[in-house]
Amino acid sequence: MGMTITEKIIAAHAGLMEVRPGQFVYADVDVCLGNDITAPIAIEEFEKAGIKKVFDSEKIVLVPDHFTPNKDIKSAQQSKSLRLFADKHHLRHYYEIGRMGIEHALLPEKGIVAPGDLVIGADSHTCTYGALGAFSTGIGSTDLAACFATGKVWLKVPETIRFVYNGKVRNWTSGKDLILYTIGKIGVDGALYRVMEFTGSAIANLPMDDRFTMCNMAIEAGAKNGIISPDKYTEEYIKGRVTKKYKNYQSDPDCKYAKTYEFNADKISPQVALPSLPENTKPVAEVSGIKIDQVVIGSCTNGRISDLRIAAQILKGKKVHPSIRLIVIPATQEIYKQAVKEGIVEIFIDAEAVVSTPTCGPCLGGHMGILAEGERALSTTNRNFVGRMGHPKSEIYLCSPAVAAASAITGEITPPDDVGN
Amino acid sequence: MKGKCWKFGNNINTDEIIPARYLNTTDTKELASHCMEDADPDFMKKAKPNDVIVAGENFGCGSSREHAPIAIKAAGMSCVVAKSFARIFFRNAINIGLPIFECPEAVEQIKEGDEIEVNLATGEILNNTSKKRFKFEPFPQEMQEIIKSGGLMNFVKRKMNVA
Repeated sequence: MGMTITEKIIAAHAGLMEVRPGQFVYADVDVCLGNDITAPIAIEEFEKAGIKKVFDSEKIVLVPDHFTPNKDIKSAQQSKSLRLFADKHHLRHYYEIGRMGIEHALLPEKGIVAPGDLVIGADSHTCTYGALGAFSTGIGSTDLAACFATGKVWLKVPETIRFVYNGKVRNWTSGKDLILYTIGKIGVDGALYRVMEFTGSAIANLPMDDRFTMCNMAIEAGAKNGIISPDKYTEEYIKGRVTKKYKNYQSDPDCKYAKTYEFNADKISPQVALPSLPENTKPVAEVSGIKIDQVVIGSCTNGRISDLRIAAQILKGKKVHPSIRLIVIPATQEIYKQAVKEGIVEIFIDAEAVVSTPTCGPCLGGHMGILAEGERALSTTNRNFVGRMGHPKSEIYLCSPAVAAASAITGEITPPDDVGN
Repeated sequence: MKGKCWKFGNNINTDEIIPARYLNTTDTKELASHCMEDADPDFMKKAKPNDVIVAGENFGCGSSREHAPIAIKAAGMSCVVAKSFARIFFRNAINIGLPIFECPEAVEQIKEGDEIEVNLATGEILNNTSKKRFKFEPFPQEMQEIIKSGGLMNFVKRKMNVA
């Protein structure tokens, strides 16, 4: 019997010919990642254990991106602990303000993750890199500390659920809408402990930025990882970025899936997830008219250049509604620069939006756009949990950049068709 | 392990267990003081050491923040019993030595305020209030080794022969 792409990558990193779901393995890690919230605990654990040397100074990535530029003294202390650790252990991949970006946009951009890699990150959205055909999953700080020491991670081989998207993605519909729609169908624990393998003709034609968005939100269905087999789009993306050797894996035709879901992409319209779980999705047309106070366009889910381009296309020559605060956050310095070059930043400023330095900031209620009691945000981020963006009595609606931009103009949730340029 | 139960619903996420506004510290006491704050703002006023959190499906979903199981452990909770756990919370709890048990049947029948007792040797949860007994599946051997070592770092140290 054949293996899935995920099983093949895990087997290759566990030194085994094959692995099966449920099997317990210790796997070699190609890249391990921590940020200014999770790495401080990992560093404390590593030092407390009395281990003197990290396993490989080239394979550890530290990105202070959550509360940065530091929002207060305590978060500054946390960032400092990363900086000191990176310096002490001569880490190659430490990204300071001015060079950094939101980790899950930054690592692929810098070519740190390649197809076939096994990646762990002390951040739940580490599953993003599955879009490159890597096995990539979120773990905790102690896992990260153990990996600093050993270069290994313990894993239970997950079962795979296959999601086939037939047909073509419609106008104004994006990877964000496909994944919100899917989570709406299967629920926030619909893929618990399992792999979400995305395939089908709609995925074959889906640009890389949209693929990152889809794999990024696999965790919102409880999945261990999301994954898409590498193809010509993957090759185009990594060209000039990835310099290390890599291997493309594909699922075997006779591999075993725990389940298969088939969706018709032609029938999926722009989606909105209502408070307070990402599974509460509805087509935007069914929730249009809901008044909002703040719109956020950015995050590891939707802060990439194509996200900014589509928002700019809609906002060009228009003004943000007087009752709305629009916050736009390019995910990395490179994306920011590109947006400046293309005149996108000017469009946002002319529309009376605020454009911020790269940060996770408002997505997790850290800084740069916290909600007051009773306020409502429409956001391109990934979670709409109670209190996620601020006051426990504030609300978050999730959507694509197109819906976010259209709604910023009208002041209420609006289908992009209604205002689209 | 013996304690009074506090019941929560399905999909209790890490933002409710320990909101991100408190993640600018790694101080376990400070984290504990905000344990479960956005699920029940009065939780830390009511809960006592050795109490038990009992929850529905997908407990600990959302972020990878280890601050969530750390806050629960530092708040003195003896364990968490749930119908199911989100996977990163699950591995974090194993790695730091917070006892967790998956037992949907027990969760169904335990009422808030009941006193329960967990017997690791027999794999049983005993409800001292209703006198009902429930069996739970033990963890796979490999995870038990991590638990027995007192968490992942001790396990790693032993394997690496670090003093």
